[in-house]
Amino acid sequence: MTIDLGRGLVLRNPVMTASGTFGYGEEYTDFVDLSQLGGIIVKGTTLHPREGNPYPRMAETPSGMLNCVGLQNKGVQYFIDTIYPRIKDFDTNVLLNLSGSCLDDYVKGAEMVDALDKIPAIELNVSCPNVKQGGMAFGVTTTGISQVVSEVRKVYHKHLMVKLSPNVTNIAEIALAAEAASADSVSLINTLMGMAIDAERRKPKLSVITGGLSGACVKPVALRMVWQVAKAVKIPVVGLGGISNATDAVEFMLAGASAIEIGTANFIDPAVSVKVAEGMKDYCKRHGVEKVSELVGALITA
Amino acid sequence: MKQITDFKLIQKQDFGRSVLLRLRSEQPLPDMVPGQFVQVRVDGSPSTYLRRPISIHDVDFQRNEVSLLVQQVGEGTRHLAQAGEGDLINMVLPLGNGFSMPEKTDKVLLVGGGIGIAPLYYFAKVLLGKGIRPTLLLGGKSQTDLIRLEDYQQFGETFVTTEDGSLGEKGFVTMHSIWQKHSFDKIYVCGPKPMMRAVAKLVAEKDVWCEVSLENLMACGLGACLCCVEDTVDGNVCVCKEGPVFNTRRLKW
Repeated sequence: MTIDLGRGLVLRNPVMTASGTFGYGEEYTDFVDLSQLGGIIVKGTTLHPREGNPYPRMAETPSGMLNCVGLQNKGVQYFIDTIYPRIKDFDTNVLLNLSGSCLDDYVKGAEMVDALDKIPAIELNVSCPNVKQGGMAFGVTTTGISQVVSEVRKVYHKHLMVKLSPNVTNIAEIALAAEAASADSVSLINTLMGMAIDAERRKPKLSVITGGLSGACVKPVALRMVWQVAKAVKIPVVGLGGISNATDAVEFMLAGASAIEIGTANFIDPAVSVKVAEGMKDYCKRHGVEKVSELVGALITA
Repeated sequence: MKQITDFKLIQKQDFGRSVLLRLRSEQPLPDMVPGQFVQVRVDGSPSTYLRRPISIHDVDFQRNEVSLLVQQVGEGTRHLAQAGEGDLINMVLPLGNGFSMPEKTDKVLLVGGGIGIAPLYYFAKVLLGKGIRPTLLLGGKSQTDLIRLEDYQQFGETFVTTEDGSLGEKGFVTMHSIWQKHSFDKIYVCGPKPMMRAVAKLVAEKDVWCEVSLENLMACGLGACLCCVEDTVDGNVCVCKEGPVFNTRRLKW
């Protein structure tokens, strides 16, 4: 079930948990044996601490939810001093999702994370829709992404995964720009910008009015984008967006993903990630697939 | 340790807008303290995607039973209230911190408003078991909101307010004459936010120790998604993990 994403990032199986949905892994250890996962991607972290957006930050939508958490975190230094020592010996790959509001923050943050032995990769978040300055600003233009990825690349020597925004006209173009700037892989999709209104009170349901949509409802959009990006780039693609079970995960692999992330589904079933990993193994057995990597892009279109 | 478990609905009691669900597990229950909550999966309701956080109303460890008092406020809880005896209901439990235990010598007041009386049942029962007889002050819009009132009365002296005056003193819990007549060492409150704010203001004036149980909108219930935060003196903290019970001194009310 092994997947090699390159530059030292080897996953035991293709299943990882998505940033912002799995805390630091500690929140889920009562339900999940982390050694049964390919990796966990911890909470979006920025160079400086952030309080995030005011409450309310969440609205349930048909088969999904909107959030506008706004990257609440205590900063990279706090992560290094307090959280890293607690989670560094987890028997799985622990990736850090790194975000920033200016180029300098990304570079400084990446430099600090580069020194952490047990973090084999960064997932560079250039696609958070809930932070005013930066975040997504870098992820929606080819020049923005080229700049941030190439600058981070200069100081970061391990696997650099770039998380892409679906809130663009042509996601393949953005992925190509990340690849040209020496990203090792791309992950997609981050949340889709959305909105919810309480008609009775004539008010927005979220404190900052708009937020990111996730959950089962975004799966068809995510699948289509993974398909488009996987056809365009040569680096591995990590697929996410509404994956709730092993069949969903296999669909993303067939569309061209080398690995997958499980996000919002962790809220509905805290044990879903290991179930997906087991289910993928069963699928492979059932279909006589010896190596799970054989599924990558194996969609039959003719 | 938290668990994800299927419970069988063994008894359902209808109280109009609310239902009392008695649920039994085939496995031994984990430790659960008053003020903690469960996350219930609502099956078969297409518009309900996330679990619903519900406070623990009662626990019977001998029989592996958990009771929930569920008020129908939206599609999810409405659907849950329609479950039939014998149905399986999946829950993640126990979640959150729970109320802090008072000292044996403390004079304790439990204040409940509307469906906020739910967790006070288990709390009052545990207190009585420890030899602490609490005073209860329960409020509702009307007497039909005061579910299981006779059962609550067995735990301690119980006072009532209703907004329409159909039972007890007319008005809000903060207007009850008990505040003039008695003083307490520890006050615990669960109810709608405006009511809890009003009680918090009242106890701040009297400088009395007070805990409130919040019910901010939640997604994960585990402290992972950071959706249910409350603004505190320590910044934004998760109600699901660091709460739902907070000392009023920690809140920016």
